[in-house]
Amino acid sequence: MFSHSSELVKELEEKARRFRVEIVKMIYNAQSGHPGGSLSAVDILTCLYFHQMKIKPQNPSWEDRDRFILSKGHAAPALYVILAELGYFSKENLSTLREIGSILQGHPDMRKTPGVDISTGSLGNGLSIGIGMALSAKLCKKDYHIHVLVGDGECNEGEIWEAAMAAAKYKLDNLTAICDFNRVQLDGPIDKIMPLDSLPEKWNAFNWSVVQINGHKMDEILKALDEANQIKDKPTIIIAHTIKGRGVSFMENKFQWHGKAPNREEYEIALQELEATKE
Amino acid sequence: MNKKIAIRDAFGEALVDLGYKNNKVVVLDADVSHSTKTIKFGEKFPDRFFNIGVAEANMMNIAAGFATCGFIPFVSTFSFLACLRAGEQIRTSVAYPKLNVKIAAGYGGLSDSYDGTTHQSVCDIAIARSIPNMTVIVVADAQEAKIAVPAIAKYEGPVFFRLSRAEVPIIFNEDHRFEIGKGNLLKEGSDVTLVATGIMVARSLEALGRLEKEGINARVIEIHTIKPLDKKILIKAAKETGAIVTIEEHSILGGLGSAVAELLTKHQPVPMEMVGILDTFAESGSYEELLDKYGMGVSDIIKAVKKVLKRKKSLI
Repeated sequence: MFSHSSELVKELEEKARRFRVEIVKMIYNAQSGHPGGSLSAVDILTCLYFHQMKIKPQNPSWEDRDRFILSKGHAAPALYVILAELGYFSKENLSTLREIGSILQGHPDMRKTPGVDISTGSLGNGLSIGIGMALSAKLCKKDYHIHVLVGDGECNEGEIWEAAMAAAKYKLDNLTAICDFNRVQLDGPIDKIMPLDSLPEKWNAFNWSVVQINGHKMDEILKALDEANQIKDKPTIIIAHTIKGRGVSFMENKFQWHGKAPNREEYEIALQELEATKE
Repeated sequence: MNKKIAIRDAFGEALVDLGYKNNKVVVLDADVSHSTKTIKFGEKFPDRFFNIGVAEANMMNIAAGFATCGFIPFVSTFSFLACLRAGEQIRTSVAYPKLNVKIAAGYGGLSDSYDGTTHQSVCDIAIARSIPNMTVIVVADAQEAKIAVPAIAKYEGPVFFRLSRAEVPIIFNEDHRFEIGKGNLLKEGSDVTLVATGIMVARSLEALGRLEKEGINARVIEIHTIKPLDKKILIKAAKETGAIVTIEEHSILGGLGSAVAELLTKHQPVPMEMVGILDTFAESGSYEELLDKYGMGVSDIIKAVKKVLKRKKSLI
């Protein structure tokens, strides 16, 4: 079950490749932003928005839509490029990232950017917000699903574990968390800054269903999302093993690229590398 | 002395009434529902009541999630936990996106008197009112708590609603009107204006008798909405009485006194005194004694009035 056609996988891969180019461009233009985490998360976001989620870009506030929460809000460029591609707003906005007056804030703002389901940016908040949305769906007897992308560094926040307890208490099978497990946080490797040993076991112990995947393999992401939708009476976390800065060789696995914009030379190399992976 | 009723009891009952009238209302509490009295709602509407455990930050964000889906969450905990433990969540997830979350901040001021400093809340108004998009309301008695609840539910947007554990004298009758952003003129007067909020309204009225005996004709204004402030009533009072004393159960840094001073320095500067807690923590003890010890006694109000009148006189 849950097998997806190779055409779909290829299509999503090519989309994600193009999105990576746009992410690097946006951050280069702005000379500010977070390339590392945007590039590690973009494959997951691509699967969510172009296959998994029930959405109507022409009606962003459609009540029955699936919700997405970018709890690691600093990956905003990855979200913006996808929302623009879907037509929530014009692509011309992408070059205004982080500029005064732009609808594209440094971190997602639901009041400025169509398609953003909740404002995020300070870490640790999104999973709890997702619980509120998931409880709302249950209360209204609606079947919309809530996806929350959390970072691994973000799992240092105590509130993540408060939310882990609460989501299990309420048996929120309409809530899926995805952990962008790239093993690198702002200040360094997670093993050095704050180890997350036995991450799957931790979530298991909190009574979540746990799926582990390669977060850059589209078929694995799609399969895991489907699987999460089928699990009953408990929330699911997909632990997506990823590479920070994925797709740009000199950014990969480097904490120094958590929140830094490339210079002209780096930008050009990055674009060349990303173009070279086009099939 | 008027009959005393606990503000928290009135709040709990008002929530139940609201629950019958509006099925979009949900109530969240962080394991203190027997103290804040949201348990009353929980007993009537178990499906719309969520006890999140001792996790205020989590609770605040869950409320934000509810609000994005069209519900009207009342989030209840002790005031210091709401504004400090969950302060960042209030700022980022409630106020910034202007979500329709009602923060029912129980046990305001020194009202959890015997539990001591850890449970008392003397800087909550200052914090709440400095957050953009936030409306800040402090009720004065049980009657006002009762009518404020539906008004706050009807209002669209985030509200910090400071409540109290205390049993306080009933000062308002059934005809009392409550409009967000509107101060209430409780007594006309021409020498000085007492601007009071919360449970200190009762103490201000208590001070009136003694002031009258000394020939001082004081105006009394109740300000339940600290933000947005009723500019009109305050500027008029400053103009007509030429002296203001603010009276609150809160630090004199950043509360009602500061709000009024910010307004009047710009529009109608007059001599002003502030009654409240000086920049200090309090301690355990009986409520009334604590209020007296920490600068919020009736005699403190009278002292402040005399001081401000002296300053007013020296201007003439």
